[in-house]
Amino acid sequence: MGFLASNHVLIADNLVGVRGERLLFEKLNFELSNGTVLYLQGANGTGKTTLLRTICGLSKPYAGVVNWCGEDINSLAEEYFKHVLYIGHLPGIKEDLTALENLKFSLALSGKAISANQATEVLNMLGLAKGLNLPTRMLSQGQKRRVALARLWLQELPLWVLDEPFTALDVNATSLLKQKIEAFANEGGIIVMTTHQEVTLNVPKFEQLRLDA
Amino acid sequence: MPKTKLTQELGTFSVLYRILARDIKVALRRQSDVTAVFFFFIIAASLFPLGSGADPKLLSAMAPSVLWVTALLSCMLSLSRMYSSDYADGTLEQIMLSNQPTVLIVLMKILAHWVLSGLPLVFVAPLIGLQFNLSSAELQILAVSLLMGTLALSLIGSIGAALTLGIRGTGVLIAILVLPLYIPVLVFGAGAVNAASIGMSPNGALSLLGAVLAMALVFAPLASAAALKIALE
Amino acid sequence: MKNLDTKTSINWLKYASPKTFYPLAGKLIPWCVIGAVGLIVYGLYIGLFVAPTDFQQGEGYRIIFVHVPAAWFSMFLYLLMAMYAGLGLVLNARLSYMMATAIAPTGAMFTLVALVTGSLWGKPMWGAWWVWDARLTSELILLFLYIGYFSLQAAIDDKNRADKASAVLALVGAINVPIIYFSVKWWNTLHQGASVSLMKAPAMATVMLKGMLVMAIGFWLYSIAVILIRVRCEILERDSKAAMFNLGL
Repeated sequence: MGFLASNHVLIADNLVGVRGERLLFEKLNFELSNGTVLYLQGANGTGKTTLLRTICGLSKPYAGVVNWCGEDINSLAEEYFKHVLYIGHLPGIKEDLTALENLKFSLALSGKAISANQATEVLNMLGLAKGLNLPTRMLSQGQKRRVALARLWLQELPLWVLDEPFTALDVNATSLLKQKIEAFANEGGIIVMTTHQEVTLNVPKFEQLRLDA
Repeated sequence: MPKTKLTQELGTFSVLYRILARDIKVALRRQSDVTAVFFFFIIAASLFPLGSGADPKLLSAMAPSVLWVTALLSCMLSLSRMYSSDYADGTLEQIMLSNQPTVLIVLMKILAHWVLSGLPLVFVAPLIGLQFNLSSAELQILAVSLLMGTLALSLIGSIGAALTLGIRGTGVLIAILVLPLYIPVLVFGAGAVNAASIGMSPNGALSLLGAVLAMALVFAPLASAAALKIALE
Repeated sequence: MKNLDTKTSINWLKYASPKTFYPLAGKLIPWCVIGAVGLIVYGLYIGLFVAPTDFQQGEGYRIIFVHVPAAWFSMFLYLLMAMYAGLGLVLNARLSYMMATAIAPTGAMFTLVALVTGSLWGKPMWGAWWVWDARLTSELILLFLYIGYFSLQAAIDDKNRADKASAVLALVGAINVPIIYFSVKWWNTLHQGASVSLMKAPAMATVMLKGMLVMAIGFWLYSIAVILIRVRCEILERDSKAAMFNLGL
């Protein structure tokens, strides 16, 4: 995968996270380079989601800076978004549109047009063959989740920020996702993720960060 | 896993077009939302003669303000939906993380809102105007003023919709925020029709309305984008 | 208390930090109160006793000594509030947001005063409590803008978001104020509104101008005092909350 060939570095510099009037984390520092998976841990309400949203540029840190390849993501703005793939705990799909339409639209947002064949191939692989042309509101929770995750197979972005990606997935989908994450990291991608599931990942660099420590 | 690059790059224009097209597609699958605004306008405007009596002179004198205020309220009713469903299902944060400037994305959302709730009124208002005994010259000015005015209403309204995103009791709050800001649009829009009905040239009012529209085109997407970022934090 | 504020607070403005601001404001308040009381009393004296009776409007016109400065301040304070709001957004400085929040009630109060005095004056002049005069109508709309600001702030629970969102609204409103003012004037001429306007009524004699200016400065000192008191309360409130959650202010 060509887009992973160059060197990428994500640096958190003295990040402080606040929700309302409550301090979530402070003086957080880490540096992630190609092939690293950063696994965030912590009980509910310790600021995992806030940190993920800060890393992908949706929230501004209370203090501190997130750096992407040497530049503050705040000043990079949409230039930075060309490198990040964020999957939050909200599905990020429109229930009135079909799985196919949703997938094509989310790829269009990062400036990629894909053929119906390519999209269908990935959705079939994820076991959605039967629901391709149904509005996604007819799908089950796990199926919706798979529609949201389908982007991982098509969108060529070097940084993934994943909030609980394994939630609501069955054994089959979990192992597909695990393989995808491993393949991505092995080729040089960077991943920051949270999960409550026990997942052992076979990746070049695996780091853990406990937020409630 | 695709080893070769099968995907094709999309330019700014294509991405923006897809955002606009998606909003319209979703709305057309939920037609009740769009038609409700449309019917609200027709029903609310028809109530005025029932309240005031059917004197043709009185009706035609009232018509510009009645039709304009009703159009303004109709546009406002659908504002809360502009961003809220995207906010609830998480597509808003995905759109904000797209590779295009937020201001342009917001402009597409506003255009979609206008096409779905403002533009239909431009076509139906002259029909209602006939019921109010307006002359064809007045009807033309009414349509032109609504064409410009409803776009300005969508633009300004977007700020209110973005500021109140995710807050409970949003509907009434949007009205309180947005209605005072709508006043210049109402004054110049209804003023143009009024001018036409007393035999004056409506051009002055229409160009002032155009100026308000131009200001709104510059400032409203900026303010809405800022407000959306605040809401998503 | 941990000090987390090194990056977000502005160090180049010494008084911008709430900790320095608090005692300074405390020292300023008594002087402003004394000045405000003195000047308002003196201004009222000029308005009620020194200024001559108007041959057209009799004694009723004397209400302009309150009405006109109040109207000035209703607009001025809105713009000032928007300025602090904008400063808050640009510098991400909490003190600026607190200032904007503290200015709003005073601005709204002056708007209300201008409206009430305007309609009190209108009753003998126009024979009605309310006439859609351009000036009064603009004041009414300004009041709506203030109400919008309060409503938005009250509706948002997260203080941080409430500060920022209402700041955006204040800025949008400030851009709109001149447009609204112009549109209302335009509307007024199109529809031939009230023929006697509150402002152009009597020719401005020097003594009247003096009275209004004295009142205006009095109102200004009053505003500063009240705003500073409010900001101090706000600092204390946020400080105690922040202390509760172990946050530096």
